[in-house]
Amino acid sequence: MRKFAQRRSTTGFLLCLPLILLVAGFVIYPAFYAIYLSMLNKKMTAFVGLSNFQFLLKRHTFQMVIFQSCLYAITAVILKVLIGFTLANLMNNIPGKKQRIWRGLLLVPWVIPLALSTLTWWWMFDPSYSAFNWVLNQFGFANVPWLGVGWIARFCTITVNVWGGTPFFMIMYLAALKSVPEQLYEASSIDGANAIQRLFFVTLPMMRNIISITILFSLIVTFAEFDIVRILTAGGPQDMTHVFATYAFQVGIQSGDIPLGAADSLFMFPILAFAAFFVLRGVTKRTKEIAT
Amino acid sequence: MSATIAERRVKVATQRRNSLHRQRLWALWGSYIALAVFVFMFLVPPFYTLMTSLKSSAEISAQTGSPWIVHHPTLENFWYLITYPNFQRYYLNSAIVTILTVAVSMVISVLAAFGLSRMGFWGSQTLSTGVFLTYLVPPSLLFIPLFQIIGKLGLINNFWCLVILYPTLAVPFCTWIMIGYFSSIPKELDEAALIDGAGYLQMLWKIFIPVAMPGIIAATIFAFTVSWGAFLYPLAYLYTSNQMVLTVGIISDLIRGDVFQWGKIMAACLLASLPPIVIYAFLMDYYVAGLTAGATKG
Repeated sequence: MRKFAQRRSTTGFLLCLPLILLVAGFVIYPAFYAIYLSMLNKKMTAFVGLSNFQFLLKRHTFQMVIFQSCLYAITAVILKVLIGFTLANLMNNIPGKKQRIWRGLLLVPWVIPLALSTLTWWWMFDPSYSAFNWVLNQFGFANVPWLGVGWIARFCTITVNVWGGTPFFMIMYLAALKSVPEQLYEASSIDGANAIQRLFFVTLPMMRNIISITILFSLIVTFAEFDIVRILTAGGPQDMTHVFATYAFQVGIQSGDIPLGAADSLFMFPILAFAAFFVLRGVTKRTKEIAT
Repeated sequence: MSATIAERRVKVATQRRNSLHRQRLWALWGSYIALAVFVFMFLVPPFYTLMTSLKSSAEISAQTGSPWIVHHPTLENFWYLITYPNFQRYYLNSAIVTILTVAVSMVISVLAAFGLSRMGFWGSQTLSTGVFLTYLVPPSLLFIPLFQIIGKLGLINNFWCLVILYPTLAVPFCTWIMIGYFSSIPKELDEAALIDGAGYLQMLWKIFIPVAMPGIIAATIFAFTVSWGAFLYPLAYLYTSNQMVLTVGIISDLIRGDVFQWGKIMAACLLASLPPIVIYAFLMDYYVAGLTAGATKG
């Protein structure tokens, strides 16, 4: 019997071996390698300690990158949560069969690969003959240089992110809404609760866990976003839309300063680790809730 | 006394029921209107993609009239792309990379999920947690050290590097989904199979995979989505057009300096989005079920 158990655990380990090798070779090793790289000089010939990090922190562009990454991630996540939650609730009012059609239509932004749909947005933001400016002109407004002015360009990148990410929140919240027991709503309406009270005292407490998981998860993804900013603005105008990932790409790959790029992307790590810790806690808590 | 109270209660209840009914109806119509507004906003970009893709270059550069509608629809952009060797190459490369990525990811993650959900070994709990944490590592965190590593492997500007790297993005979540589905299979089934003399691999092939088919479909779609739409790795590691995949090929090929061939770019976007759209149209329900189970069940 013991031999059986031993054979079983050996088989289990062997089955996991490809996964372990893949993760060790292309996730864990690169992570440590990144730390090593970030402490080299530009030609990668000498060890310079933390001076790459120091250099970055002193640089005005990089200070803007930190600010912009936070602005981008926080604003986009808040909007995605609010719109996604609203949509899920609206959707939940609609009877079953029609719900599928509406859901399908709303999921379109999420189905198209983001790198491709961002191209369409770029074209709509085109300064001379853009779709949006044409509409503005029809109403007698002047042309807006969508991607040419810092704050407007920031707004545009966030808009595209919200457009592409909201459907994911919607389906998550819709699934969570469906798992709220109907009896709770019945009980609350017998007690005379109105719609707002139902929202705050039944729906939100029941969905608290899934909302926090999606927020933290999306914070990670949005914080590390690359595609949208790279395609729409490539960090411009005057570096006013750069986020960590696009800046690391520009410094590390395009300008060839690999150590500085590695240092730049490592700055993401503390925030990602912080969010990941709480996601993990939320997920295990949720698993236990379901298990009991 | 008690009778009058009871009567009043009944009256209040009927009133409330009527108003509840009316409220529901209002909520329903309000929901439809609000949803319609959102659907409109969400579908503006895809609509515009379609309209532009049907325009000739002359119509786009003329800059007259509404850009939102096509005045002289033509399929010349699509025809150009279909017969354009570079575009065919990108499509083929994307297909090769994606098919291989999906196959590799699914083999790795199904085996691992089977091991993790059924055969506890030293450290298997930690490994499950580790798999989930790996899922949270974004590609933009590691692309610079990977650039060096891929360089050492001699795979820079070779689309095979994507076949190695994409599984790192797909496998963790696929494993996570599959662990969830496998754990929900009753243990009695494996005991019965073992008593009947089945080996582990037979058990996996004959029982686990068929029973967990919805999970397999969801995980496959996830791997497909990741690999078809990824942008950062191909942009960083590929630079000649014979190695490029669709996402980067369209940008580098159809945008030359300041010349944007928008009609062709939009047509290319549509053609490139076609496989995901078709897959989602048929298998959306499986995917949504798998995703929500992945996030909530764990």
